[in-house]
Amino acid sequence: MNDGIAIELDDIVKSFGDVNAVDHVSMQIRDGEFFSMLGPSGCGKTTTLRMIAGFEFPTSGRLKIHGKEMGNTPPYRRPVNTVFQSYALFPHMTVAQNVAFGLEMKRVPKEQIKERVQKALELVRLPTFGDRYPRQMSGGQQQRVALARALVNEPEVLLLDEPLGALDQKLRKEMQFELKRIQEELGITFIFVTHDQEEALTMSDRIAVMNAGRVLQIGTPTEIYERPNCRFVADFIGESNFIEGTVRASNGQYATIETSDGLEMQGYTEQPVSVGSSVVLSLRPEKARLSTVNGNNSQKHEANTFPAKVERVSYIGSDTRIIVRLASGRTIDVWEQNTRSTLDRDAYWQPGEAAILSCSVENALILTS
Amino acid sequence: MAIETVPPPASHEALSQQRRARERLKVFGLVFPGLFWLTFFFALPLVVIFIYSFLTPGPRGDVVWIFTFDNYARLFTESLFVNAYIRSIWLGILTTVICLIIGYPLAVFIAQAPPRWRTILLFMVLIPFWTNFLVRTYAWMIILQNNGLINWIVTSLGFPRLSLMNTQTAVLIGLVYGELPFMVLPLYASIDRFDFTLMQAASDLGASKFRAFTRVMLPLTMPGIAAGSVLVFIPTVGQFVVSDLLGGAKVDMLGNLLQRLFTRANPPNWPLGSALALMFMLVLMILIVFYFRSTTEDDR
Ligand SMILES: Nc1ncnc2c1ncn2[C@@H]1O[C@H](COP(=O)(O)OP(=O)(O)OP(=O)(O)O)[C@@H](O)[C@H]1O
Ligand SMILES: [Mg+2]
Repeated sequence: MNDGIAIELDDIVKSFGDVNAVDHVSMQIRDGEFFSMLGPSGCGKTTTLRMIAGFEFPTSGRLKIHGKEMGNTPPYRRPVNTVFQSYALFPHMTVAQNVAFGLEMKRVPKEQIKERVQKALELVRLPTFGDRYPRQMSGGQQQRVALARALVNEPEVLLLDEPLGALDQKLRKEMQFELKRIQEELGITFIFVTHDQEEALTMSDRIAVMNAGRVLQIGTPTEIYERPNCRFVADFIGESNFIEGTVRASNGQYATIETSDGLEMQGYTEQPVSVGSSVVLSLRPEKARLSTVNGNNSQKHEANTFPAKVERVSYIGSDTRIIVRLASGRTIDVWEQNTRSTLDRDAYWQPGEAAILSCSVENALILTS
Repeated sequence: MAIETVPPPASHEALSQQRRARERLKVFGLVFPGLFWLTFFFALPLVVIFIYSFLTPGPRGDVVWIFTFDNYARLFTESLFVNAYIRSIWLGILTTVICLIIGYPLAVFIAQAPPRWRTILLFMVLIPFWTNFLVRTYAWMIILQNNGLINWIVTSLGFPRLSLMNTQTAVLIGLVYGELPFMVLPLYASIDRFDFTLMQAASDLGASKFRAFTRVMLPLTMPGIAAGSVLVFIPTVGQFVVSDLLGGAKVDMLGNLLQRLFTRANPPNWPLGSALALMFMLVLMILIVFYFRSTTEDDR
């Protein structure tokens, strides 16, 4: 009937005055999925979420929850619940009263309410906090109460708007883990808004990357990271070297480009590109490799090999980040994992050292701009 | 070489004692004017009134030093007084409730307006204070008169003339008009502090607009409601200008009786007036204590 689709957005537009906060967005979110919306500030994540919750209505386009057209259905008649960024706990109610609120509104019998509230508090690991008031709790604890208050209603879809935004790094990591655990335990669809790319990558089944009201790419974390479909996505998720150039030869998924500084590089592309078109080549710093000039490494036989000179070296513990300069004057970022013994004299690159930069064709992504 | 003048060494104990004494002096200095004011201008007159209320009225408006409960007895037996009590409290309650019904949505509207508009709207609430209250009440006479503004509109629309002046309705209109700002301001203060995402949260959890209001917004803005109600109720019950001008002598409130007993009656009857005033205070205090009990029971 609904083909395992929890939420379907079909060509949704939301405009405030003459700005389109959400601009022709279409996506399908599957049942039981941990789905993230990721994008810079102001790109329309919250607005999209608020339309699903029913706090805003689309200017045009259709929104379905479990196959049912939502139209102007008010929030209190939708099978979704929201965890607000500010938590929005009721300050005049105890934790237990907060959690019980949704059940009371649905006129669930009293004994059942008590039992379900207790279970929800156990789920978020706050079984003994029922009698406290929100202001007597830490940010992380309030966050859990907000989660329990939403989950106790057994929603089909849980909407979370940057729920971890106000927490410090350590607590954040902890709550990421908790959220994931709870989602897997209950099998509920989570739609999670964040502008933290690492958070999105570690938690999500799929991610929608948004910018300026539009969805640029939807895919699994690996797809988004390894196969970004445009420069914005490659730039927003992780870091990348971008090399502009013109296509000289094209052969299905492989193409040869001539860069603006006269280098010839071979790259991989998802969509065939036509000869003569201008493209940008994206190379992740950890996918570029450096080898010594007189070493006997197999990397030298890769398609993309360029002589380079080490310019700057920064040691950051697990990695070493190196900036090399090619003969043409272009600089490239290279990250190397520090896998070698620290007692090895040659373990680290020295500024001024000559080197060979190389990368495999599959890791040099050709993106049409 | 610098020559230092070292103060004579004082023991740590003595120093801190000195400091504490100075501290106490400072606090007293700050509190004294207020204390003095309250004693002389509030407590002392109250004592005078208390004593007077047990004395016998003299023939020329003076008092005779004979102790009596007569004044209090008259308050409870003569219908003039009993009716004035009931009417005053009834009008007080009506005024408060009407101000609340008009003022709450108005305060919500102001609190939700864009910041620039908020200042303008608040300013507009306060503008009436720039004109003397008496003058504004006279203006209401002109509006409510038999050939006043309202009747001009009513009759030119072809309806029969309304007789509004010198009725309880006219007094009520005047009272609500005068007291509304005192309701709106505390309500605004409390609604402005209210986080409207809580309403969305309630709605998200399945509460209709009405239930979200009664379960979340109403309890959280209760301090404003309580403050506004008290600020409106107390002066209303003691009103005499509005009831005098818009009610004629037909809608007597306690204030009118008090005014008459102390100044206009021939001869004036200060002991009876004092008893009336004291009973009035007592009733008000009891009502307000009950009111606060019932509105703030959830707040710790
Ligand atoms: N009620 C509104 N009236 C006018 N403009 C609005 C309104 N709500 C949002 N916008 C605009 O719509 C755009 C998208 O806003 P939205 O809150 O969805 O962004 P976001 O992706 O959630 O950003 P952030 O990461 O900062 O929370 C912004 O340009 C914002 O200014
Ligand atoms: Mg947002």
